[in-house]
This record gives sequence, structure tokens and C-alpha cells, in this order.
Amino acid sequence: MQSFQEIVFKLKQHWAAQGCIVQEPYDVEVGAGTMCPETFLRVLGPQPYRVAYVQPSRRPADGRYGDNPNRLFKHSQLQVILKPSPDDVIEQYLGSLEAIGIDLRKHDIKFEEDNWEAPTLGAWGVGWQVMLDGLEITQFTYFQQCGGIDLELVPAELTYGLERIAAFLQVRDSVYDIEWVKGFTYRDVRYRDELQYSVYNFEMADIPTLWRLFELHEGEAARLLKLYDPKSPEKHRFPLLPAYDQVLKCSNLFNTLDSRGAISVTERVGVIQRVRKIAVGVAQAWVDQQQPVSAEVAR
Amino acid sequence: MSLPLLVEIGTEEIPDWMIPGALESLHLLFEKTAIPHETVRLDATPRRLVLRADGLVERQADTEERVLGPAKSAPAPAVAGFARKQGVRPEDLGIESTPKGDYYCFLKKVAGRRTKDLLSEQLPGMILQIYFPKSMYWTGKGGPRFIRPIRWLVALLGDEVVPFELASVRSGAHTAGHRRLGTRKILVTVADYEQRLRDNYVILSAEERRNKISRELAAVRIKKDPALLETLVYITEYPTPITGSFDPQFLDLPEEVLVTVMRHHQKYFSVEASDGKLAPQFVAVMNIDADPEGFVRSGNERVLRARFNDARFFWETDQKKKLADRKQDLAHVTFQAKLGSYLEKTERTMKLVKELGGNAQAVRAAELAKCDLTTELVKEFTELQGVVGGLYARVQGEPELVWQAIYDHYKPESMEDSIPRNLTGQIVALADKLDTLQGCFQAGLIPTGSRDPFALRRAAQGVVKILVEGHLETPLLNFAGADPQLKSFFEERVKFYFKDIRGYKYDEVNAAMAAGWSNLVDLEARLARIQALRASADFEPLAASFKRIRNILEQAQFAGGGSIDTTLLEPGPEQSLYEEYRRIAGQPIENVISRLRPKVDLFFDKILVNAPDPRVRQNRLTLLSTILQEFSTIADFSEIVTNF
Repeated sequence: MQSFQEIVFKLKQHWAAQGCIVQEPYDVEVGAGTMCPETFLRVLGPQPYRVAYVQPSRRPADGRYGDNPNRLFKHSQLQVILKPSPDDVIEQYLGSLEAIGIDLRKHDIKFEEDNWEAPTLGAWGVGWQVMLDGLEITQFTYFQQCGGIDLELVPAELTYGLERIAAFLQVRDSVYDIEWVKGFTYRDVRYRDELQYSVYNFEMADIPTLWRLFELHEGEAARLLKLYDPKSPEKHRFPLLPAYDQVLKCSNLFNTLDSRGAISVTERVGVIQRVRKIAVGVAQAWVDQQQPVSAEVAR
Repeated sequence: MSLPLLVEIGTEEIPDWMIPGALESLHLLFEKTAIPHETVRLDATPRRLVLRADGLVERQADTEERVLGPAKSAPAPAVAGFARKQGVRPEDLGIESTPKGDYYCFLKKVAGRRTKDLLSEQLPGMILQIYFPKSMYWTGKGGPRFIRPIRWLVALLGDEVVPFELASVRSGAHTAGHRRLGTRKILVTVADYEQRLRDNYVILSAEERRNKISRELAAVRIKKDPALLETLVYITEYPTPITGSFDPQFLDLPEEVLVTVMRHHQKYFSVEASDGKLAPQFVAVMNIDADPEGFVRSGNERVLRARFNDARFFWETDQKKKLADRKQDLAHVTFQAKLGSYLEKTERTMKLVKELGGNAQAVRAAELAKCDLTTELVKEFTELQGVVGGLYARVQGEPELVWQAIYDHYKPESMEDSIPRNLTGQIVALADKLDTLQGCFQAGLIPTGSRDPFALRRAAQGVVKILVEGHLETPLLNFAGADPQLKSFFEERVKFYFKDIRGYKYDEVNAAMAAGWSNLVDLEARLARIQALRASADFEPLAASFKRIRNILEQAQFAGGGSIDTTLLEPGPEQSLYEEYRRIAGQPIENVISRLRPKVDLFFDKILVNAPDPRVRQNRLTLLSTILQEFSTIADFSEIVTNF
């Protein structure tokens, strides 16, 4: 039997062999691998890029105190970006399933329509959920827009739900029974996270504090964006990546406040707009930053 | 020589529900190319749209084009110049007479083009014009758009490839088999195409796939589900059903929940036991040929077990907080950004229920109707909203009428769906829909063309259906008449319902509605009367006369009012019409139509309404207007379209 970590190793190796840079997880909390700069910013602009990384993804509202066998506050996504998407992208993807020991001749694979949209990021794409014997194992998306910008090269994004795949391969009914590595189950490694974050997110997070943090991070992002000067010959030095971290902080705080039931109806749309505004601001500045300042403008 | 055509657009998996529409669109586009052919056949699987036609010619027919030259009176060098340009001698030119005079002309023969060349030019544009509700680009910004990336193209006219390029894909003679069971690159001819696909585990014909599923399912007693069957037909290239089972202890959960999990989330058919109850089995349809080792079956069984466990977990968790205690939580659930929360909607709906004459139970049902939106079960299975609330209300001891009203209050969800089963539910459903309509129209969220994000047409259609089929005499316009846009929106829905759903003729509907449509039960009764009346030989002539009366009154700008001065009536047809009117006034039109019609006809035959004496004229107009009004209470018959 393959352990959880062996499955992860094999997927990474498969994608490394397809020319992907294998990155480590991003070190700011995110709700999905898509939000990492390696996806959100790299898909912008004309440079080809291929990357794969595992991203722990936080969904405060999905926490179940470690009680539910299939639902997690923090699950692990393997995120793959192929920009531009190669013609044989589906074959490459199916190859990754074979790499983890799934004999495609003996299993049923279906591609069912599932389009993706992230309003706080001004991003959307079309694609499928990939079903393996009735189990959704991957989101497959052709990005069309990100940060409100039409993409020059269309990337394929593959997002694997690693816990589900491991439970499938190890024939476990609960993710907590997955063998992470011999001698340690998923429960041994992650149960405390699930319990304690559920308690915090649903019961103890201090709402006024979270709101203050939200405003501080939002303010910092807005302050930086205001200072960005597309005409500056020094613009390549400008800290857009740190500005984007502030966006991620806001997004996670928004999710936490939401799970805490702290966002009223009237506020909700407005808060999504606020996050979107700074996300789009960073995306636009980022696209500009990739282009050299023309001599004329610099003068 | 007659040639067959084969065009296959090979793509990545197309959403199943878009495929039939795409084929229809492809068919229309092909007909528009005006390339003569005999038969056309369209087929599709998730990975290919296929057009096959027969009876194309190798070369289009030659045509003649008439080229006009200089006038007949033109000097010789001009004529010679024209002839030279056409490549003939001046004496070969003809003369064409036009309204402007005689001109030299030349009949130019235009050779018909090769069909292959025409197809090469037209196929790329035709393919890209196929309509899809949502499309994408994949080759880069500004590139072609299609539903999913195009990966191969087959285009054969007879034995020859029709060459073209689309999205960097060159047309050819190679198709692709089933993703896992077939070969990636298969050389085909028009003749062996379908068989080659079959050899590679692709059943091209949707009907054949449908039959394969049905045939292999014959031994299992599944719950009939034609929509699910269509989905499965268009989500597979080689469908094979398998039967799995689940632990009978899950049958403790409500059947609605189990069926929804199987149908909507897993695309499984549910299975009935011989007593009609749910059996602990399901049927999944694979996109491969067999499952000899049972991997697919056991995989699907595990997924279903996890799903059912989730559902049980949600069901039990939700019980910890009663529906009634969830009402305040609705403040955090958005109904619509401009219209506030579901708590506000609930308060408004309760008020509307009272205005609609609902009793305390109906008000209670309205109060609880939206509370299930905060339950885990509905968050997971949104399509069960309402149903779940009803089930919880029942478990929590709400009276039967209340829980049933909650359960049914989204009904009817389509024109085929039934209305809520009892009056309490009908009133709650009406109030819920009317509130949505009133609110959205006030906030300017009005449907335009095909855009109707809040499904307001369905809501209004539901209101109409409930009022008519529930026999509720509620005056609709008291609730929808104040806003002119909402009123005309409803007018359209009422017309649609009686015409398209109930089959009344459009002019009957117009006529009946012109006499009022606030009470839809009354409207339905009047429509039935008009339909019956129409069979009478007197009906259409009388309707024509009524139209004539209406026109006369309009032309005379008759303002109404006044009474008939009997002393001004001319003896004969006018007097006799008046007397007939006096005799039959107040009776239903069915009883008197045969007596009224000849009098009206005679009147128009013999009497000039536009009499020289203004008093006589005015009196005649008053007589006609009085008769028109008397018999227009069930309908404005002048709206009836007649042959007279």
C-alpha cells in the first residue's frame, strides 16, 4: 500500500518529469492553491510557466471539529499550472493517475462540466470535475480571466484533492484513517489542527479583533498600490508580492469572519468588493511591472 | 458523381446538456452554406460532433452572369473596349433592353466551383459559429472560441480530405477512439468511419447508446428518469450500467435525501423494491465496457456510503436546533443584495400570506419556510430546499398542513410540476413568489430577453398555475397591478399559460383578457365559454360585427354615456335590433347569440350609422355601444380573428 506521502511524492515526480518546477507550499494562509502567487500572479502576462506544489488550504467554514470523516478545515491540494496548456494536457493528467497506481483500464473516469469562479479574485475559468469511480478527485480548469484581466496564454490548472485520493487508494472510509506513513495515521498528524481551529473559528475568534486586522491589512495593500508608479524606471523593485500577501490575509480573515457568522448581509457584498479591489489592483500592477518602462515614458 | 461528406469535430469533453443544441445549430449552419446535398445526419458523443451528408456534387453547377456594357448609342471604340475586356469580339455582344434604354451586354459563363474548395473555405467559419451557451479560448488571447479545445478534425468529401486549419489543427482523415479503450489515431474513410469507431469503443449514435443502457438495465427495477438517462447518454462514449448496493440501514433516512444524493450528486438511478419503496441498490453507468474485477462497483459503493454518511451526519446535526430557532439566523443569509436578508423576506412573506387570506397555519408555514437554508443538509443539497424544511417540521411536530406547506412551497418548479398539495401550501407558495417578484421589480431587477437570473418568469408562471389550478379567486392585480412593468410581465405569463400550456387560441385569450384578467379562475371559465361558443355558426360573424362596431365607435370618437332615445329609432332593422336587445339583455350570450346575430347583420345591411341628422347618428352610436357593452362582459369579441 502506498502511504499518503508516497502518493504525494509520485505525483510531484510525475509533474517534474513533465517539466514543472516543484515548489513548496506558500507561507501565507490561503483558501485554495489558486490563490498562491505561483498561480494567481504567474498566470498573468506572456511568459510560459509550469509549476506544481502541495498547498494546505484553509476553509474555516468547512471545519467539523475532526468529527466528520470527509470534511476538513485544512485539506491538502496538489496544484499544477501548465501555462500555456499543452495539446495533450488530458493525457498528461491521466498519466499522473497511472503514476499513482490507478489502472485506467479497470476504472471509470469521467469529465463532468464544472466551471470555476472566484469573485474575490476577479478570476474564472471553464473545465470539469474529474470523477474516478464516482469520486471527484480533481478540478480541471482552463483559466480565462484572473484579476479581471483576460489571460494572454490560457493555462490549465489541475487541483487534486490529496486526502480523497489517498482514502480511495488506501480503501479508507475516513480521511483520519489514512496512513500518512507507516506507524502514523492522518489523525495522528492532523486531528489537533482540525479540532482547535474549529473551536477558534466557530467559537472563540474575537470578531472586533479580526475586523481590525482586516482593515490593517487592507490599508497596507491600498497604501502600497497607491505608491506603485508604472513610469518609474525602478518599478521592478516595487514590492507587489508583499502587497499581495496583504490581499491573502484579508481573504482569510474574511473567511474566518464569515464562518464566525460575523458578516451581515448588507456587509457581505461590500467586503467581497473590498478584497476584489485590492486583488485586481495587484494583478494590474503586476502585469504592468512585467513590461519594461519605455524610454519615452521614462523621460 | 454523388459524393458523401464526413465532418468530425474532435474536442475535449463537451458538457452533456449542450450537445443536442450544438447539433441543431451545426445542422442549421450547414443548411445555410447552400451546398446542395440529399441527406444530413448528425451525431455526437462527449468528444465529437459529427455531420454526415450524402449526395454532394464534385463541382457546383455552372452559372451565367449578365454583364452590362455601354449604351447602344455609345461610340464604337467604347463598345470595342467593353468587348475586349470580356474577351470577345464586338459582334458577339448582345443588346439588353432596360427601362433606361438599350445597352450592349455579354452573357458571361461562370464555371461552378469545386465543392471541396467551397467546403475548405466555409467549414472553419461554420464550426466556429456553432452555438454554445458558454465558450472559451485556449490558443491564446484573441484566439478562436469553442466550447472546449478542438483537438482533431476529420473532413472527408468522398475519398479526399477537405483541407483547412482551425486553431492550429489541420483537418485530415484520422479520428480518435475511446480515451482508454481505443486507439489514439485511427485512419478512417467515410464508409468505415462508424465501424472503426465502434471497434475502438465509441458508439457514435446517441440512440444506440440509450438502447444499450436500457437493454442492459432491463432486469433491474429502476425509478424511471428520462432526464438522467439523457445526461448519461451524452456523458459516455461506451456506456455500461452496473448495479451496486448500499447498507439497508440508510433506508432510515428520508427517501428524498437518498434519491437526491444518488441522482444529482452521483448520477445514479435509484432502484425500487417490488412494493415500490426504495431498494438498497443503485445503478451507475460507466464509460467503459466492463468491470470484471468489481473495482468500479466497489468504488462507487464507497463513494455513496461516504455521501450517505455525510447526509446522516447532517440530518442528525440539524436536529439539534429546531427550525423555529433558526429564524433569526436568516439575518445572515442573503436573499438578494438589494432586497436584504431572508429574515426580511420571511417577514414580508408572512404579511403577504395574511393579505392573501392565509390562516394562522399558513402564517406559521411562511415563518418557517426559509429556515432550512441554515441547515447543513440544505447547504450540502441545495436542490432539497423546502423539502428538507418540510421533513424537519414534520419530525419537530408541526401540524400536517404546516409541514406540507413548507415542503411544497417552491412548487411548481416547472410547468410540468404539480402545485402545492393543499391550500395552505398554495398560499405560502404564492406569497413567496409574489414577494420575490414585487421586490425584484421594485429594485429594477427585471428580466430582459434570455437573461432572467432570478428566475422571475418561472416564479410568475408558478403564481398563474397555482391560482388557476388551485381554483383561487384571489385578485392577482391587487398584488401585481400597481407596478405597470410587473403587470405587463404577468399579462404575458397569463397569456403564455392559457395559450401554450392550455391550448386556447391566441385570439380567444386576447378577447377574454380584454374583459379583465385579475381573477384567473373567472378568466378560465370565460375562456371555456368562448371556446364552446366558437363552435356556433353565429359566433364568428357576430364577432366580426362587434369588431365593426368597435371601429365605428372609435372613428366617431364616441365618448359613451347617454341613453337610447326610442323616438329616434327608425322602424325596421334599427327598431327591431333595439327590441331584440331589450328582450335578451341580461341573458348569457350562449342563449341569445342565434337571435342577436341576424338582427345585427340586418342592421348593418340596411342602416347607415353615419346619418345626416346628428341626433340620429348619436342615437345609433349609443345603441351600438350599449349592445357591445352588454355582450362584452365575458370577452371583447372584437379581438377574435375572423374570416369575415
